[in-house]
Amino acid sequence: MTALPASTPRKMGLVIDLDTCVGCHACVTACKGWNTENYGAPLSDTDAYGADPVGTFLNRVHSYEVTPAEGTPFTVHFPKSCLHCEDAPCVTVCPTGASYKRAEDGIVLVNEDHCIGCGLCAWACPYGARELDAVAGVMKKCTLCVDRIYNETLPEVDRLPACVRTCPAGARHFGDLADPGSAVSRLVAERGGMDLMPEQGTRPVNKYLPPRPRDALTATPAATPADPSTEGLGGFLGWIDRTLARF
Amino acid sequence: MHPAPSIILFTTISGLGLGLLAFLGIGMIEPTGLAAFLWFTLGYGLTLVGLASSAFHLGHPERALRAFTQWRTSWLSREAVLAAVAMLVLAPHAIGLIFFNRPLTGFGIIGGLLALQTVLATSMIYGQLRTVPRWNHWTTPTLFLISAITGGALLSGLPFLSQMLLAWLAVAMVLHWILGDSRFAASGSTLGSATGLGARGAVRQLEPPHTGTNYLLREMAYVVARRHVVPLRLIALLAACVLPSVLLWIAPFSLPAIAAAILLHILGMLTARWLFFAQAEHVVGLYYGVR
Ligand code: SF4
Ligand code: SF4
Ligand code: SF4
Repeated sequence: MTALPASTPRKMGLVIDLDTCVGCHACVTACKGWNTENYGAPLSDTDAYGADPVGTFLNRVHSYEVTPAEGTPFTVHFPKSCLHCEDAPCVTVCPTGASYKRAEDGIVLVNEDHCIGCGLCAWACPYGARELDAVAGVMKKCTLCVDRIYNETLPEVDRLPACVRTCPAGARHFGDLADPGSAVSRLVAERGGMDLMPEQGTRPVNKYLPPRPRDALTATPAATPADPSTEGLGGFLGWIDRTLARF
Repeated sequence: MHPAPSIILFTTISGLGLGLLAFLGIGMIEPTGLAAFLWFTLGYGLTLVGLASSAFHLGHPERALRAFTQWRTSWLSREAVLAAVAMLVLAPHAIGLIFFNRPLTGFGIIGGLLALQTVLATSMIYGQLRTVPRWNHWTTPTLFLISAITGGALLSGLPFLSQMLLAWLAVAMVLHWILGDSRFAASGSTLGSATGLGARGAVRQLEPPHTGTNYLLREMAYVVARRHVVPLRLIALLAACVLPSVLLWIAPFSLPAIAAAILLHILGMLTARWLFFAQAEHVVGLYYGVR
């Protein structure tokens, strides 16, 4: 079971637009909500209202500052969840067969009833996409909302991962990255979608769209407003000016 | 990586046990009767105690039998299978020596080799992880194998072989440390490659994704006590290799000296194993601006 499929006819995944993401964390909350109320063990929190709260999350948003060699530094909000890698190292290390990559659509999942909670798969993932739940003692990871995307009891607009459905900025896209004609594949081609840590050899399915180049200032800013001098002021205003100047 | 006491104990103790079982199996020592009983009990005991302590690390130890199923792909599963098979195959040899004063050489040799393969599988659990560049290197299996063989020689009470192996162990340890120090840089992973933004400029963390800590940071971004690395390396090297060697040189055939050498060796190995974990940096730390 922990052998990877040679190839999958579909590669379902996310395309995340780093240019558009505003770092609102709505996707984090939507993910936590859906995956606590639905499939598998809930994503637990410990000491949630105490001094040292810790919880399980399948999606987290980092914020980075990039300082180019020339020009002004800029901020990039950076959501990160499982990238459903084609050469997923987390799957092959699993001793129980609990971790697997689906042959039909490439989604990487954990069978929680078989997981012994050894944590080795979390060690094998370069991206920090797997977290061992402190209460349930089993490995949790992004399921690409496998219980939404094929769920015919949901209205069609909701058959998307919870994070994609909720993103107010339209920074998250879901689709089949094996189909070169799909909307996500075209986005990746147009915008130069990137792999994270390609040197780790995981071949991620999820892609990240880089921030677009910022506009540069071409002209010097408009001249500063004229000096508020009253020299040569005539008429009524001139009379007031002269009268006030006498005091 | 977080140096969990259960894993440090497991790898050290079971390594010693498997090393001793390998020596007993291959016939480096051939005790009979009561002596054989005591020696095999020690070998099996250490191996089993080590395995039991590794089970404490699991979220669901009651499902541990499932770990025997994925030996085709997983080194962790191979380790479990090999440990069980090695202990089973050695049993007839042990019974022969204890009750009939006769070795069953075939079972002994195959069982002994399987014991060493188990140690190799343990080391490959760490050695295979590209995410931990310090471990992802040939020095990891070399270090684990030499440690186990040296422990086996010490526990078998073979002073001259032990001295020679202790010297090799010292070389393996130092190589693992020195070569390991440049592995992270050689892996090519940086915050720039982790975010894909490296080509656009220098990247630094502005805000972490959460105010508290999380599983990833606790498990994989252990930074405490790294600054004590040099003294700890010296202590490990002295206790695990140099002092036992000196003791065996001064009094090769005195039981107290051998016992003291073994005790020092174990303390040194525990320190070295602690360093093995505490010093290892996981690439996920890059996302959090720590290593
Ligand atoms: S992102 Fe991590 S958990 Fe997800 S498939 Fe890749 S290696 Fe596995
Ligand atoms: S924690 Fe569970 S899913 Fe991960 S490697 Fe261990 S058994 Fe497999
Ligand atoms: S919901 Fe959208 S905009 Fe908000 S953090 Fe997530 S990806 Fe970014």
